[in-house]
Amino acid sequence: MRHSGMRFPGMRPIVRTLLVAAAFALATAQAQVAITYWQYDFATRIDAMNQLIEQFNAENPDVVVTQETFPYDAYQQRVAASLAAGEGPDVVQLFYGWVGPWQRAGYIEPLPKEHFADEWIQDYFIPMVESVNIGGDYYGLPTAVRALALFYNKDQFREVGLDPDSPPTTWDEFIEAAKMLTTQRGPRFERIGFGIAPNGQDHHLVRTVLMNQLGTPPYSDDNTEVLYGNEIGAEALAFYTSWQTEHEIGVAEFMPGNNGYREGFYTQENISMIIDGSFAIGAVRTNAQFDWGVAELPTFDNGVKANFGSFWMNGLTPNATADPAKLEAASRFIKFVTSEEAMQIWLDVVGELPAAKTMVADPELTADPVYGAFIAGLAYAEATQFVDEAGQRDAMVNAINRVLLEGVDPMTSILQAAAEDQALLDAANTQ
Amino acid sequence: MTTRTTRERKGLRLAQREAIWAYVFLAVPLAFFATIRFWPALQSFRLSLFTWHVDPARRQFIGFDYYQELLRNPVFHQALKNTLLYAAIVVPGSMLLGLLIALLLQNVGRGRSLYRAIYFAPYITPAVAVAWVWGWMYNYNFGIINTLLIEWWSFLERIGLERFAVEPQRFLTDPDKALYSVAAVIVWQQLGFQVVIFLAGLQGIPRVFYEAARIDGANAWHLFRHVTLPLLNPVIVFSVIITTIASLQLFDQIVNINFTDQGGPLNRTLSIAVYMYQEAFGRARMGYAAAVTVVLFLLILIVTLVQLRLTQRRVEY
Amino acid sequence: MAFRPRVPTGVSVVPVADAALERGLHASAAAPRRRRVNGWVLLSYVLLTVGALAMVFPFAWMLLSSFKEYRAILSFQIWPERFTLVNYVEVLTRTAFPRWFLNSVIVAVGTTASVLFFCALVGYVLAKLRFPGKNLIFVGILATLMVPTEMLVIPWFVMSADLGWVNTYWGLMFPGLIPGFGVFLMRQFFQTLPSDLFDAGRIDGVSEFGLFWRIGLPLVGPGLGALGIFAFIGNWNAFLWPLIVGQDASMRTIPVGISNFSAEAATQWNLIMSASALAIVPVLIVFFIFQKQIIEGVVLTGVKG
Repeated sequence: MRHSGMRFPGMRPIVRTLLVAAAFALATAQAQVAITYWQYDFATRIDAMNQLIEQFNAENPDVVVTQETFPYDAYQQRVAASLAAGEGPDVVQLFYGWVGPWQRAGYIEPLPKEHFADEWIQDYFIPMVESVNIGGDYYGLPTAVRALALFYNKDQFREVGLDPDSPPTTWDEFIEAAKMLTTQRGPRFERIGFGIAPNGQDHHLVRTVLMNQLGTPPYSDDNTEVLYGNEIGAEALAFYTSWQTEHEIGVAEFMPGNNGYREGFYTQENISMIIDGSFAIGAVRTNAQFDWGVAELPTFDNGVKANFGSFWMNGLTPNATADPAKLEAASRFIKFVTSEEAMQIWLDVVGELPAAKTMVADPELTADPVYGAFIAGLAYAEATQFVDEAGQRDAMVNAINRVLLEGVDPMTSILQAAAEDQALLDAANTQ
Repeated sequence: MTTRTTRERKGLRLAQREAIWAYVFLAVPLAFFATIRFWPALQSFRLSLFTWHVDPARRQFIGFDYYQELLRNPVFHQALKNTLLYAAIVVPGSMLLGLLIALLLQNVGRGRSLYRAIYFAPYITPAVAVAWVWGWMYNYNFGIINTLLIEWWSFLERIGLERFAVEPQRFLTDPDKALYSVAAVIVWQQLGFQVVIFLAGLQGIPRVFYEAARIDGANAWHLFRHVTLPLLNPVIVFSVIITTIASLQLFDQIVNINFTDQGGPLNRTLSIAVYMYQEAFGRARMGYAAAVTVVLFLLILIVTLVQLRLTQRRVEY
Repeated sequence: MAFRPRVPTGVSVVPVADAALERGLHASAAAPRRRRVNGWVLLSYVLLTVGALAMVFPFAWMLLSSFKEYRAILSFQIWPERFTLVNYVEVLTRTAFPRWFLNSVIVAVGTTASVLFFCALVGYVLAKLRFPGKNLIFVGILATLMVPTEMLVIPWFVMSADLGWVNTYWGLMFPGLIPGFGVFLMRQFFQTLPSDLFDAGRIDGVSEFGLFWRIGLPLVGPGLGALGIFAFIGNWNAFLWPLIVGQDASMRTIPVGISNFSAEAATQWNLIMSASALAIVPVLIVFFIFQKQIIEGVVLTGVKG
């Protein structure tokens, strides 16, 4: 038989067709781009990501995405070692607060503008995403975000005569309620009204919530100057520490451990209220055997609302940006996992709030008894732009501890924290 | 004359043979040390002169900037103070207790295995479990130590002796007490190591010396002072040096016990190794952490050389 | 009157030492002879028991916690209201613990074998052979102990990635194959042996390796016992390096696996306690095996002069 193209004399047509098909398949397979995605080990997150990956792989036959996970405790070690060896992920999930150190160390690269237009980012995502804009480049995009809210034990409210459906809306009400809930036994506490945890979310509470509520954002807009080294900063610190020193509605290290304040709330029921992020909803739901509620953060009498938002985001490593085909495939993947469908899956499976403006406005979410308080908070939440989250966290936690443990007065303490913080900003901004 | 020369030559040959075989035996181990320990350590040291970036081409040479930063940094000063204090407590504390326990164990006949296992149990318990248990025992509000102190207090009150009462302590949160609380846990855990080492050392002393000494009329104290101690010297030297080196590098226990604040309240339990780790992996400042490593290395080297010099003078068997 | 210990003279040391050791072994293995030190023995028991309570209490608490449900663990009651095996069941069936266990065993056993052989060899060479550069090498080996391994993991990983050792057992084991501390320990034990022993052997025509293997090694049993225990435990509990080089979930060791039980907002203490309790079992076994070696001490197969 004559054929204008390939000519295999003596071969049956079916064999030829099969050969051609095989060659085509081979060629396509070789053109498949392999993308590795890293995140930390957590059952629901792995689940959600597996679903997303399956869908993505099906819809994008020229790309194969695989997921690798590892313990939360060893995140940075893993990433540092692997990238230093030229191995590791192409797309990596990281906490937004790490963006400064990771960018300086070269672990993540800017998102390429040809795939991620600035206007699209600013239109689609809630404003929090600006906190990972360094020098005009965005370094990652979130699937889900979180905000802070007040978790409270409704049963205990009832027990002491508080209305479980009217949680405190002002800080004065909050302190009053906490005082009623606190019980002592000799020199020690039996139950505390509020779970003080400087190294938990409380340092965010002081820095981003209280300071904004009292009239100063913690850092200047261009993130070069510390703005809380003054009476307002001192007032915020004094107010927070007075909960332990003056009003005695709580004490740090009441329950031992990193998660002590949570465990006291949802398991031991010896802490009546905590301020925590929406990522704690899952743990509370699983463990609490009492009636609990969530409320927006209280305000001062001036009515100014403030909240701290944060998020985990998906970024590109040098492994992805080294190769244009990989870069394009990885970008496609990031766009996919930040799509509205993906955010819905994440919300359903992991229980974390979506990051897209349109989805946050969803009336169903706003009306949800649990999510509602967080959604409300998201509307005015600020994701503080950190240049070095670990260092800046230390500065604030030490400021709090100096007052709580050494009796230093809040003004002196906050001035020291401001100086340390400023040094960190200076160091980062000169690089 | 001929015999002596032959013996001399034979001696020389033997000596040469000895030296050659020494190097033959050492070949593989030395190659191992060179590639697995020295070379990576040198690479780490070199990193201290550059800013850190995964792409070697984008690392900037900054000379001794990080060292200058180190010397000015109050957190490093605190870590250094803490580390020296840890060593000062843990080395004598665990060694003396360990030796004492090992000697006591030699004395008892029945139940020796059980006692040995019990004294060794803390050493083999995973660090995270140790930290958790002690964190709970030390907890101000609920911990059993404070509960016992309060019971003791009310008991004393009843018999009118409350001046002898001890208040409940903030073991892990009081900046002045936290380090001692952590050091106690470390001694507790390291005891097992010391007991095993000293037991092994004691077992290695041939009974013949004790027999001979007793024939000469020595009592228990003489036996200890003039037989046990000198013959234990190699093991004692080993333990002092190794425990010192380990104390100056304390990491595991400290990282695990102060969960919320790895450096402890106001960095008062922070050790140099933990500080180095935080800088390397928590703040992605590998270069600065490398500088800390170099300083720590020099500190340990100097201390060890001094110890070696001091202990060489004693007569070894 | 100053007291000096006396070594029986006029006899070659080896057979006397052997015989005395034999006697001594039996003496030490038996119950303490009835002497005027009965009071000391009683005091020893008392002190040891008091100390033992302090030692074992936290350990016992951990063990008891492993039999409690999650909520009960967080209470401050020590004795469980209800004993339950649910944590063990979950750890063994619904996590990859069996795999972690297998990996840990392979790594720890393999590394310990290497440690025993090489550290004994190098320790012997440094203690008993005479050659130039000995002290320098000894200090150099000690110096390797002075750099925390946390800083070496990145160069090690870069090396492993280049040589294809990532995700392999060799990759997990190689940094710990010849620890400086083991060399130091064996050197000290070899130093307690009389040099005449080896000189005599050398003149008798024993090979250099034979001097080590057949004469020296059997006499340092206690040292080997101690080293075996410590090498095994060190490798069993290693966390950072196995975490970094064992990238696949299938290459995780026990400490790495246990760290999985802590996440951002919740710590599964129930699983941590039971996994930790299970992790101790092999170590206890190794301890009992090696402590016999420490106690029984010298193996009497030396060359008799």
